[in-house]
Amino acid sequence: MNACSTAPTLSTETDKQIDRVIEEYKDEPSPLLEILNEVQHIFGYLSDDMLIAISEKLSIPTSQVYGVATFYSLLSTRPKGKHIIRVCESAPCHVMGSESVLRAVKDELGIDLGETTPDGLFTLESTSCLGICSVGPAMMVNDRVFGNLTREKVRLILRRYAKDKEASVS
Amino acid sequence: MAAVQLKPEQEVAMATLTIDGHSVTVPEGTTVLEAAKKVGITIPTLCHHPDLPPQGICRLCVVEVEGSFLLQTACTYPVKDGMKVRTNSPLVRESRRTTVELMLARGDHNCPTCPRNQNCELQTVAESLGIREIPFQVLRHPRPKDMSSASIVRDPEKCILCRRCVAVCQEVQGVGILFPVGRGFATEITTPLDRNLSEVACVNCGQCVLVCPVGAIYEKDDTNRVWEALADPSKVVIVQTAPAVRVSIGEELGLPPGSITTGKLVSALREMGFDKVFDTDFTADLTIIEEGHELLQRMKTGGTLPMLTSCSPGWIKFIEHYYPELLDHVSTCKSPQQMFGALAKTYYAQKAGIDPKDIYSVSVMPCTAKKFECTREEMCGESGPDVDVVLTTRELGRMIRQMGLDFANLPESDYDDPFGISTGAGVIFGATGGVMEAALRTVYEVVTGKTLPSIDFHPVRGLEAIKEADVDLDGVKVKVAVAHGLSNAKVLLEQIKRGESDYHFIEIMCCPGGCIGGGGQPIPTTMETRAKRIRATYEADRSLPLRKSHENPAIKKLYSEFLKEPLGEKSHELLHTTYRRRPLFQQRI
Ligand code: SF4
Ligand code: SF4
Ligand code: SF4
Ligand code: FES
Repeated sequence: MNACSTAPTLSTETDKQIDRVIEEYKDEPSPLLEILNEVQHIFGYLSDDMLIAISEKLSIPTSQVYGVATFYSLLSTRPKGKHIIRVCESAPCHVMGSESVLRAVKDELGIDLGETTPDGLFTLESTSCLGICSVGPAMMVNDRVFGNLTREKVRLILRRYAKDKEASVS
Repeated sequence: MAAVQLKPEQEVAMATLTIDGHSVTVPEGTTVLEAAKKVGITIPTLCHHPDLPPQGICRLCVVEVEGSFLLQTACTYPVKDGMKVRTNSPLVRESRRTTVELMLARGDHNCPTCPRNQNCELQTVAESLGIREIPFQVLRHPRPKDMSSASIVRDPEKCILCRRCVAVCQEVQGVGILFPVGRGFATEITTPLDRNLSEVACVNCGQCVLVCPVGAIYEKDDTNRVWEALADPSKVVIVQTAPAVRVSIGEELGLPPGSITTGKLVSALREMGFDKVFDTDFTADLTIIEEGHELLQRMKTGGTLPMLTSCSPGWIKFIEHYYPELLDHVSTCKSPQQMFGALAKTYYAQKAGIDPKDIYSVSVMPCTAKKFECTREEMCGESGPDVDVVLTTRELGRMIRQMGLDFANLPESDYDDPFGISTGAGVIFGATGGVMEAALRTVYEVVTGKTLPSIDFHPVRGLEAIKEADVDLDGVKVKVAVAHGLSNAKVLLEQIKRGESDYHFIEIMCCPGGCIGGGGQPIPTTMETRAKRIRATYEADRSLPLRKSHENPAIKKLYSEFLKEPLGEKSHELLHTTYRRRPLFQQRI
């Protein structure tokens, strides 16, 4: 869509970065997805203003850009926390008690699935099988996997991440 | 002349197939759905709509095709020679039933309180499949209704994700407001960034309402406001009826499409208790006088051309959002509804000796966008809004049903003075090309001083996407074009933007077919019903003694008593307006 839009609320720096991404991907077979992916990579998520800017620059209705951004689970329209927790929701983990693991995370952080803590430290998500069913229930924090979880273990792990803001948990 | 490009006759390969044992021969490429219709078999559909491209989403139309392992969707499956199709096997019935049961198990389908009760495609198929219980757990997906818009309500809990609204908004209207977001069970159809409808650049055309098979999008219901006003003895409640309502209200009340029910409509409104029943056709005639003179003035003084018509509020909101740089092209004339509103609370109030504050002005329109139009700041006079409330044809139908009136057998009666006399030119405003034809009938005679040899301008009539004509006004050539549906309008707007438009005057109607196909019209409104309403419109025009706006004696009187002259001071104050640039997103505070 062309013509006038809301007063630009993106910083010129962000706007320029988006222009660069568009320039790079505009001739790809499905440029919209590539562009959204790259912009998300740079900024961590896709804000409303970014989606509006991308839609205007590509002359694609914002409704469609938003539809694509919400369809793919690797794209996010909400800012994510520094640490992303993914609790396995597949059947073997379920049998082993992933429900109570999930509840432990929720209780500890005070957030629901899909939400981020107010301090921006944690985002809670669920995931399909992590491939380590033998040690279920399991969860991932960023790219580390934790198995044989109990409520107590969950609490310990999360407190360690919360303390070490640089995230170099070993 | 209209640019119809007929393809040369081509040899079309034919295919002979059997459907439920009946043999049928159709051109190759025909869908199973259409072929079945030929032998009198109706395959149930939901995502399919006769005027939209086939989608194959809902899987209600499945059939068995011999040799094919999976059930196929009849709405998309092309026939082949020798094919054998079964449309009603136990497997097919079971599959269809499950499809519908799953739809009923998602969201809230409490029919008696639904605006589409008794006119719902989901309800109809559930009935025909004999569904008596839902074997699945009903999963609610609680989402509030979006009541933010002055015109349209969205109720996502009734949505069956058929995506017809997505197609009509994007393809037919070129607006693209509605789109699926999320996936799996969480999929829903919503607006850009999931904003309220009033905060995005929806033009309120209501075409999504017309194609929605269920009660998930509908008009904002204002019938209670009207009942209240009618019950208030301190109010003089007046009503105006748009040109397109007389040829469509019958459909709401059991009559076939294309019935002309002008006199019955007037009687019904009197029965309901309106103090005066007036005709918007009168101000349609007035629009022609003002707009015709505006065109001539622009042509004489080198004003911005082409001039674009301004009667269609969905179209106006569209250009304000999407092409604001072209707003100078738009005629400054208010729409007939708003001209009527302005005159009712000034000229009429004076003449009848009523305090304008006591007048409650109701308008019956084929249009959802008119509900928004009457709330625009520019459409308010000293004593509040010029038009207090707009009812769509559907809402009026509902009120007449509530009254228990036997509409088909009501006597015919006439509109009240002074806004009751109108001409055929006013009537044809309801059909695409009608405003143009009405304007040409008047402009020709004003410019040439001669009587038109034939007043029927056939090149601007009909459902073709874009129509054009050249008219010779005693040596002055006027080139005109007509577009209906905003995607078609876009083609002409892009021409203007590129500086390639050599038209003088362009009529644009937001809705396909013009107002007779408006978003407030009876459901179903398809291209087929549109064609019938258009036929009725020109029939009504032919039957009237006066067919040119400038011959309307009440208009002449209005000018001599009140307005003085076209484009005069009073006209500017009451009958003309201004437009504004609108953002694509309303800033949130
Ligand atoms: S949408 Fe149809 S099935 Fe659902 S409640 Fe309304 S009438 Fe009933
Ligand atoms: S009213 Fe018109 S513009 Fe608005 S969502 Fe429906 S089809 Fe789109
Ligand atoms: S709102 Fe209506 S037309 Fe749109 S997808 Fe839902 S059911 Fe279909
Ligand atoms: S009607 Fe054929 S798939 Fe929906």
